[in-house]
Amino acid sequence: MKTYLPSGLPKPVPQPDGLDAPYWEGTRRGELRVQRCRACRAWQWGPEWICHACLSFDLAWEAIDGRGTIYSWERVWHPVHPALEDAGPYLVVLVELPHAGGIRMIGNLLGDPHQTVTIGAPVDAVFESHEDHALVQWRLT
Amino acid sequence: MSRTLRGRVAVAGIGETAYYKHGQSPDAEFTLALKAILRACEDAGIPPREVDGFASYSNDRSDPSRLAAALGIRELRFANMQWGGGGGGGAAAVGNAAAAVATGLADCVVVFRALAQGQFARFGLGGQVPAVSGEQAFTFPYGMISPGQRYAMRAMRFLHDHEIGREPLRAIALASYRHAQSNPRAVMHGRPLTPEMYDASRWIVEPFRLYDCCLENDGAAALVLVPAERARDLRQPRVYLLGVAQGSEHRNAAPVHNAPLYATSSFTTVAPHLYEMAGVTPGDVDVVQSYENFTGGVLMSLVEHGLFRADEAVEVCTLENLLAPKGRLPLNTSGGNLAECYMHGLELQLEAVRQLRGASPNQVPDAEVSMVCAGPMVTPVSSLIFGTEATL
Repeated sequence: MKTYLPSGLPKPVPQPDGLDAPYWEGTRRGELRVQRCRACRAWQWGPEWICHACLSFDLAWEAIDGRGTIYSWERVWHPVHPALEDAGPYLVVLVELPHAGGIRMIGNLLGDPHQTVTIGAPVDAVFESHEDHALVQWRLT
Repeated sequence: MSRTLRGRVAVAGIGETAYYKHGQSPDAEFTLALKAILRACEDAGIPPREVDGFASYSNDRSDPSRLAAALGIRELRFANMQWGGGGGGGAAAVGNAAAAVATGLADCVVVFRALAQGQFARFGLGGQVPAVSGEQAFTFPYGMISPGQRYAMRAMRFLHDHEIGREPLRAIALASYRHAQSNPRAVMHGRPLTPEMYDASRWIVEPFRLYDCCLENDGAAALVLVPAERARDLRQPRVYLLGVAQGSEHRNAAPVHNAPLYATSSFTTVAPHLYEMAGVTPGDVDVVQSYENFTGGVLMSLVEHGLFRADEAVEVCTLENLLAPKGRLPLNTSGGNLAECYMHGLELQLEAVRQLRGASPNQVPDAEVSMVCAGPMVTPVSSLIFGTEATL
């Protein structure tokens, strides 16, 4: 399977306490799920056991549209991991999801790694399959 | 008595080992810690056995009880570790020690930091594990692993928000290297950095080039703190703690880069507390040591400490202004983490003290108020202000 970065990077696994298991189960099915408080309807990302807005423990996992805008970005040249020796440069973006309370997610920006990146540009989520998990990547809309 | 540390604690002594390139210390990390502590005691004229407390940060591996046993300390009364924040704990560790001294928990507390990265792992490499979970699971698989990669994202947004180019980052890097050329302790002493070398240096992670990133080094540094009343008996010129503050903004650590105020070095709430305790304003500050993990964070720290506004950055944060002795805002006058030694920022505290003793290799004339900002973009961060007797 074709992936943006070479294989060999650390594999993401759900937290042993189960906090983020619904996210990882969702991405394997091509579904982007994040936390939303049942009590006050606040969105929350990354996952936590309590709602930061109203302190309720009653948090739901809600499927959302994978669309957002680029909030910040970086182009990585220096490999800090052996798997990245010949991978650079590559692009990492911080994507804001205005329709989900403005939560933000980290991913790679697919396409030419030398491209000019514009903060505010709209992007769509792309599910990148790996052996036993999926990563959420982003491409310009 | 009002709740303040202002003027209640003095820096009796400072000391450091030789500074080495990472992995090149001939001494074990614990030996480095011992040597720095002994030198600080010698500088203070205080017998090491009179030390009764230790404070450090970033999970320093030299355990206070082991230090106390090794040094034959008569009685251990204070053992303190500042949680989290890596180098952001530097000023906080001094503050924690000072709080112990000011409140009578202890009489003579050493603040120290020791690193031997040959013996232990480097910070700049990461992710050498088969699997990650929690926060790391949401960043490492995307190749966002090292501190530089984590903080470039914040700095990029700051530069964007304020329409600042990379000139201030370049000036910060050049100033540190220039200052290191007159500091024989500096790892980069005799290795000047020209603007051409900076511009030609490789990208590490945009917006940071090679020289925007701190070194990694081996060594140790220490300060000895005592009650202010004891300062009159000290061998060294008197240097007092005027103010100290630590922390970060509302939900600064919201997971996976979700801090509501994202483009921050984490000082926006800390700096006002600092100035309030110190009883000074940004305009009173004569010289600044600002922790460089990456130059972008230094720029943000200076702005958040009110030394200039973001929209003044290109005009004010120039090499000429950052250089001692004549610059408007002398910065990192020993060479700091970029060019003296990455002693996890504790070398900055020592330099801030030297400036008030008149003993810096790049002395700012008549310096009375000396500031240290520790840690940008991490949480918690911390900063402090030292002053001479005249500032009390």
